[in-house]
Amino acid sequence: MTEPIVSIRNVSKKFAGGVIAVDNISFDIDQNEFFALLGPSGCGKTTLLRMISGLETPTSGQIMIGGEDMALTPPNKRPTNMVFQSYAVFPHMTVEQNVAYGLKVTGVAPDEIKRRVAEGLEMVKLTHLAERRPDQMSGGQRQRVALARALVKRPKVLLLDEPLSALDAKLRDDMRMELTRLQETVGITFIIVTHDQDEALSMASRIAVMEKGAVQQIATPVELYEHPKNRFVADFIGKVNLIDATVTGQKGKAITCDAKGLGKVELTSASQVGSAIAIAVRPEKLKIGKTEPKSDRILKLQGKVRDVAYYGDTSHVVIEGKDGLDLSVNVQNESREGGSGVERGQKVWVHWAPEDSIVLTE
Amino acid sequence: MAAQLKPGQGPLDYGNRLWLKVLFAAIFFALYMPIITLVAFSFNTDKRGIVWRGFTLENYTKAWNNVSLQEALINSLVIALLATILATIIGTLVALLLWRFRFPMKGAYEGFMALPIVIPEICMGVALLMFFVNTGMMNAVVNLPWPLNLSNIVIAHVSFCFPFVAVVVRSRLVGFNRQLEEASKDLGASEWQTFWSIIVPYMKPGLIAGALLAFTLSLDDFVITFFTSGPETVTFPVKVYSLVRRGVSPEINAASTVLIVITVIATVIAMKLQAPEKSGKG
Repeated sequence: MTEPIVSIRNVSKKFAGGVIAVDNISFDIDQNEFFALLGPSGCGKTTLLRMISGLETPTSGQIMIGGEDMALTPPNKRPTNMVFQSYAVFPHMTVEQNVAYGLKVTGVAPDEIKRRVAEGLEMVKLTHLAERRPDQMSGGQRQRVALARALVKRPKVLLLDEPLSALDAKLRDDMRMELTRLQETVGITFIIVTHDQDEALSMASRIAVMEKGAVQQIATPVELYEHPKNRFVADFIGKVNLIDATVTGQKGKAITCDAKGLGKVELTSASQVGSAIAIAVRPEKLKIGKTEPKSDRILKLQGKVRDVAYYGDTSHVVIEGKDGLDLSVNVQNESREGGSGVERGQKVWVHWAPEDSIVLTE
Repeated sequence: MAAQLKPGQGPLDYGNRLWLKVLFAAIFFALYMPIITLVAFSFNTDKRGIVWRGFTLENYTKAWNNVSLQEALINSLVIALLATILATIIGTLVALLLWRFRFPMKGAYEGFMALPIVIPEICMGVALLMFFVNTGMMNAVVNLPWPLNLSNIVIAHVSFCFPFVAVVVRSRLVGFNRQLEEASKDLGASEWQTFWSIIVPYMKPGLIAGALLAFTLSLDDFVITFFTSGPETVTFPVKVYSLVRRGVSPEINAASTVLIVITVIATVIAMKLQAPEKSGKG
């Protein structure tokens, strides 16, 4: 296995005033990864990114890039480049001058600069706007300038701080695909910071979910969605129904538990008898039926439809069960007749396969 | 159907009301008439300059050939130029210090820095005079060759001009996006390169405005110059004052007009230099 490109060892950051932004984090990022740092605002993800770039100094711990300790390397000497959230495109320079800036200050030969700037502009499809000034451009175009400016430096790692947050929905989709395409063509490791789970899931090859300065889980998007490690991850990534339960019996890998609103259910888990667990199930895994399902093997409950929200391709149905248990169900609107086929106030049965339940012990 | 409103009758149509137009004209008259009169009478043939007797350019040639007036004007321009350069550099450094760093007593320092703006000029003049006399600079400088004999006045002018530059540049820096600075460093630029290629261009409008302010303040300063100049050195405002005591002559009108033209040209140049910076914000 090849050596990781970025290696973070026991890194902490404490700001003046005692705020701990990053709390003893360790992980590795491999060559050519599209790595996402995902978490709610204030979880320390941007601070971590800034420490990798050198704009922030860790209070303790070590950051290695390409096998070298970066502790004493200032940002202008690091093999990283950053795309800032505000883009930070230099307002007094044309697009071309902006892209050339990083090469010029490090003394790259003039014809080499010319060649690489042309290449960079080509890459982000801005060749026709080379002479423009940033104030004559849209947000999306400015972002491309910031991207080209960073990429022409040929960094080992490209850092992106919330790159899509300031764009409108349509542009965001385009840019998302564009970034994935770019990462594949240039073959540089991308580290992206985002609070948007859709962004992370659709672009990243691996995601670190952060909360309160600590990493909750690092996994591929599918792994994160289908096998979240704890309640926070399950709840933060996508929508989820969380059902509190207590383990009442255990036999090998099978447990029986008493779940809120469901009664006695049998599941597969290694939990201890008496421990409190949560049964997590994604809304799209739930099925709605008008009559009681025959099988005993499945999990089921009867409830009343409280709310139906129509989204075109899907309908989101909220069902009110016993003991104050509410379940969200996503129904695919497969036929053109009547959407979800249920209406408010109707009595229905909700059921799902036990293997679609995620047992969370944390 | 709604009645057709005449101009000036709409409830918010203040701009077309007669009384406002009259007031507007009166203010303009009070502001600009003296200057227009000054310029017009510089072309007057009348010796006393009170009644209009006919057009002439003679006053300009007379003013031009007046050696002491010429000397005073050159002194004033040299002082203004030197004071502007020094005040702009010092003022900018102060602005950067206050913007960039945190240090104990910063608030107090900021207040003291701006003191020359609010202190009555007469106090400033007396203080500087005492400073120059007590340090022996008053006598030492008088015997130096031109333009070194202007040093005291230049120092005095810098001391009251630089806070103006600092205030103007500081307020410009408030809008600076610190991410631009970070981006520059991230792209491989050193502190020095970042300063010259990112921060200075951003400050430019503030620098120009501050320098222009310093230049005009220095050029027409009378009180402080009057206190700090030796008996031998005369600046334009001081010279005009001494001439006026013997009665207004069209010659002074001509010289003043020249001064107005110089200031206007300087302003126009400064605005031209600023023009490509339309974007402004980071």
